[in-house]
Amino acid sequence: MNAVVHAQAESRHLLSGNEAVARAVWEAGVRVAAAYPGTPATEILENIAQYPDIYSEWSVNEKVAVEVAIGASLAGSRALAAMKHVGMNVASDAFMTQALAGVVGGLVIVVADDVGLSSSQNEQDSRYWGRFGHMPILEPADSQEAYAMVKRAFDLSEDYEVPVIVRMTTRVCHVKAMVMVSGERIEHRAAGFQKNPQRWVMTPANAKPRLPLMHERERNLRDLAEISDLNETFSGSDRRIGFVTSGPAFMHVRETFPNAPILKLGFSCPPPLEKIRAFAGQVDSIVVVEETEPLLETELRAAGISVYGKDILPRFGELAPNVLRPAIKQLLNEPCEAPIRVQSGVFPRPPTMCASCPHLGPYFALSHIRNLNIIGDIGCYTLGAGHPWNALDTCTCMGASLSMAHGMDKGRGESDEKKHMVAVIGDSTFLHMGMQGLLNLIYNRGNVTVLLLDNRSVGMTGGQENPGTGLDLHGLAAPRVDFAKLAEALGIRPERIRTVDPYELPTMVKLVREEIKMNEPSIIITNRPCSLTDRFERFKPYAVLDEKCTGCGNCIDLGCPAIFVARRETVMTKSGKSKELSFARIDSNACTGCHLCVGTCAPEAIVQNLPMPPHSRQPIWIHTVP
Amino acid sequence: MTAADRVTNILVVGIGGQGVMTAAEMLARAALAQGYDVKKTEVAGMAQRGGVVSSHVRFGPKIYSPQIDPGEADLLIGFEAAEALRWLPYLRPTGVAMVNTLRLAPPVVSAGLYDYPLDPIGELAAAGIAVHAFDAGALADELGNSKLVNTIMLGAISDYLPFPATVLEECIVAGFRAYKPKLADINARAFAAGRAAGHV
Ligand SMILES: Cc1ncc(C[n+]2csc(CCOP(=O)(O)OP(=O)(O)O)c2C)c(N)n1
Repeated sequence: MNAVVHAQAESRHLLSGNEAVARAVWEAGVRVAAAYPGTPATEILENIAQYPDIYSEWSVNEKVAVEVAIGASLAGSRALAAMKHVGMNVASDAFMTQALAGVVGGLVIVVADDVGLSSSQNEQDSRYWGRFGHMPILEPADSQEAYAMVKRAFDLSEDYEVPVIVRMTTRVCHVKAMVMVSGERIEHRAAGFQKNPQRWVMTPANAKPRLPLMHERERNLRDLAEISDLNETFSGSDRRIGFVTSGPAFMHVRETFPNAPILKLGFSCPPPLEKIRAFAGQVDSIVVVEETEPLLETELRAAGISVYGKDILPRFGELAPNVLRPAIKQLLNEPCEAPIRVQSGVFPRPPTMCASCPHLGPYFALSHIRNLNIIGDIGCYTLGAGHPWNALDTCTCMGASLSMAHGMDKGRGESDEKKHMVAVIGDSTFLHMGMQGLLNLIYNRGNVTVLLLDNRSVGMTGGQENPGTGLDLHGLAAPRVDFAKLAEALGIRPERIRTVDPYELPTMVKLVREEIKMNEPSIIITNRPCSLTDRFERFKPYAVLDEKCTGCGNCIDLGCPAIFVARRETVMTKSGKSKELSFARIDSNACTGCHLCVGTCAPEAIVQNLPMPPHSRQPIWIHTVP
Repeated sequence: MTAADRVTNILVVGIGGQGVMTAAEMLARAALAQGYDVKKTEVAGMAQRGGVVSSHVRFGPKIYSPQIDPGEADLLIGFEAAEALRWLPYLRPTGVAMVNTLRLAPPVVSAGLYDYPLDPIGELAAAGIAVHAFDAGALADELGNSKLVNTIMLGAISDYLPFPATVLEECIVAGFRAYKPKLADINARAFAAGRAAGHV
């Protein structure tokens, strides 16, 4: 168990921003916490789950998580929802209206923006939601601030009866830093739901009177931001440039320009315009350093405060010291050393599927069947777009595969005449947002072949549980959805629901070939667990008999990282063409004995004749250079 | 300026699953025990899937940005040879690189799309920095447990830190004593073996 669960008051700990949030949530007396996994926010709920006295759950998606939190708040409990930036798009329908109605128990939404876009489908700036939904935003710059601000956020939420957004970024969530843990849990009893239709039933007649109240609340919040100690001025001797900044960008500014005056906005929405105006009066010019959109910058210009911002700084990505330094030096007309080239010329090392990943078989099948448009989704299986499969044609957002495939079918162009529409989606993604797309295409008499890659895990984010795994957040037994029955209930004919072992390669290929020919929706469900989870069973490794290997390279096409090319040879075929042969070997440390590759090998050169290795030396997706 | 007044920057690099982040965490804890302000950050991306991992550890009297700028690392700890070479531009000209000679090829290399550098250690040395390279995996196997690579690498750099090697050793061994007592002794031996290897 994480040490901080047992932390004494007034003790120092090395905590990530996510761990600090969890501790603060516990101390704040939160009773209900809900989230859907997503980098870099996942560990917030995983850590909360270790504390006593909090009901916590993996919800099926972010909208559901926020609605669970809203319900708890209306019952009078303090409640939290956590998600990654794109989760806010899904959840927004719920909080945009609840921000109008307001809350009872403190309601905090912690959102983690992937600034720098290291593990998401886009880079978006969650600070817009504060403006859009008229909700206050607190922006911690490190773990200590995350800890302090989350506690403040609950008070703020109750004082103003408003959901509060705590906006984190990867450089807060995943940075470990010192945190002084100062308190113990303070219980906040739930008074129970007070029925009040005018307040909670958002019909037009009830919602309209809330509008002026919401704007009055926002004015009051602005007044509070003007005097809040969370908006802090750091004096500096070099007054040529004053920086207005927030979040971890503050750390970069302070590191790079230790003598510059800085106004750091911890309570950044609604922005304290008068405080900023006063600050501007004390320096020659202002540079707004914000990640990632020119949001505050635009608001300051509209308020008549002249500032520099994205006109001199990059429009996206992290504003790290090596980015800030040259831009500011140029503004000051000072010489700056040429930046150090960080390109080293070493080969790329893209993420890859694991040895015995149950997604390998389906992608082998898809990459060997012609005339497919393969409409994808988000998860480990998105890697199917890469080498060597090249068998995924789109990835937009969670659940989009089924609906986009349906739309592509209906909007077929001439060149698509012979194309079959295939949608590929994982179990968690299907339950998050995919089900509706399936129902929709069935209802509208669409024709899509769905590959539901059920690996009984939220693989991409580190193997969390979901309603298809049979366990809950705490690892306790939970009801398990039956995907085949669900598909039938949504309207797929039982004949078109095919469950398959993805390691049985010939069957896998045959099933896909059969189902794409059908004139109605069909679904192929795979049934092997993620090889990184405890559900996965490891068997004795396989090996290639060198004397039998013909160098055809079929097994290499699987993309299993345990299989590698030991030797290449160019030979002449009878027809006089040159042909490249790749003689394969299997890394016995990496091989888990799934036998998938046996199905690719016509000369039967792949055999299971090695003893079980005592423990694997390498992670299971790489092998030693021979 | 004494060592305690300045900021020390350590970059730990390797591949997802090798224990890079755990090693960085140990360094951070040791620096914390020594009374420094500490920050540790990762650029991991989808690293759990065999991608590149780099972990930055910074400590000193007061740390603001968690990130090490290119050309600012005092110490580069490479858990894999080509990865050490990849991150070379982050090391200062006066910096030290401690490298495990292990060579791990991703599928794009074994498929022949890219080449693995012929002599990454040689290229590091040619850059004029101080390079110490040894086969940590072989040492671990001698000790009878391949998972000891992590502790061996930490032992190897322990004499290049601005605080006594024993502080780091104590942090590691105490951790094992508390959570996996059976492994405490063997890790102490691995640390010592790494420490000796780090001077080669
Ligand atoms: C709205 C939204 N929430 C969360 C994520 C983060 N995320 C990416 S893929 C994924 C789940 C993948 O699980 P699954 O569909 O079961 O596929 P697997 O990775 O196991 O193959 C999650 C949670 C996201 N990209 N978008």
